[in-house]
Amino acid sequence: MTPEQIATHIPRLRRYARALVGDPHAADDLVQDTLERAINKRHLWRPGSDLRAWLFAIMHNVFVNQLRSRQAHPEEGLDDETLPAVAPTDGARLEIRDLQSALAVLPAEQREIVLLVGLEQLTYAEVSEALGIPIGTVMSRLFRGRERLRGLIAGAPVAPNLKVVK
Amino acid sequence: MKLSEHELHAYVDGQLDAEGRRAVEAALAQAPEEAARVAAYRDQNAALHSVYDAVLEETVPARLRHPTARQSAVRVAVLAAWLLTGAALGWFAHALLLESPHAVGSFSRQAAIAHAVYSPEVRHPVEVGAAEQEHLVNWLSKRLGTKLKAPVLTAEGYELVGGRLLPGEQGAVAQFMYQDSKGKRLTLYVSRLAGKQRDTAFRFSQEEKVSVFYWIDGALGYALSGELPKHELLGVATTVYKQLNP
Repeated sequence: MTPEQIATHIPRLRRYARALVGDPHAADDLVQDTLERAINKRHLWRPGSDLRAWLFAIMHNVFVNQLRSRQAHPEEGLDDETLPAVAPTDGARLEIRDLQSALAVLPAEQREIVLLVGLEQLTYAEVSEALGIPIGTVMSRLFRGRERLRGLIAGAPVAPNLKVVK
Repeated sequence: MKLSEHELHAYVDGQLDAEGRRAVEAALAQAPEEAARVAAYRDQNAALHSVYDAVLEETVPARLRHPTARQSAVRVAVLAAWLLTGAALGWFAHALLLESPHAVGSFSRQAAIAHAVYSPEVRHPVEVGAAEQEHLVNWLSKRLGTKLKAPVLTAEGYELVGGRLLPGEQGAVAQFMYQDSKGKRLTLYVSRLAGKQRDTAFRFSQEEKVSVFYWIDGALGYALSGELPKHELLGVATTVYKQLNP
């Protein structure tokens, strides 16, 4: 594995991290710690296996460690400063706020799975491997996460074709 | 056929083969409630993409393109120690990962807001002026319940204007204000932090025009804010840090 191989995955790691933690700086810190750890542990990667899934697995471990250290500060409030750096129309801004606030309310273990499946399009088996949990647990967290999200954004428009302008 | 929860989600996520898809579609035609959930879950996936796909198009920050190059002096020091002491490697990794960017991030925002509110103030920028520096430091130390120091930034071109007491998330917060000969102001925001905190490296954040370097040192969180370029502010932040840790 070369740094160039890892580099091709950085945009998607950043996308996932942004959705997972909300704050862009904190998200890039998470990506940076993940990349550093991946490089330090590159001898543990099995050539031929899915590098992207391996990187998500490392990011999961880094993220969980961060959560543990944050237990003294369980609040995960989101405000305007933590919104993604996009300049959307008013409708889109509402959408971002709704989705981000709703995501922030989900327990982290559900949020990870909703995002790995829904945003990063990992298969259930890949998620199970990346997070080191049985597939049944992946599914039950996915069910609960999506239902919770549905309840949270019910009533707010969720326009699938919405364009977010950078 | 009765749809299982698993099939329903696998259908949404395109993880069924053609036969499975057809079976689910047939069942959904008879099950309006499940069909509504499928639509809602699909909307969720689409909304995630519509909001976060923009990140894919962003330029990757340099610090991520060369991930082994640590950002700050403290991080470089940690990395060096890491390389030298293989046995301690895991421990250091642990210490680094235990930083809590989210909690600390909200701290930097509060500091930036306090800076934005008080630094433009012409008549009452501070509650207690630098003329009464001893009283100021003793007063703020008493209110925060710990011995504070007002760093001397004369060498950086900044004189102490004074300070004030502010309410923070975790009780009293002290704000020291400095000013250069052109009237440009810096504020140092000092807060006691609840719970156990690990010292952190300098972290940088930009809140509108206000640049902030912040760090945790012992039981205190510090944030230095000012409307000046990052590298200049870093120079001042380094001086502040050194004076507080002689």
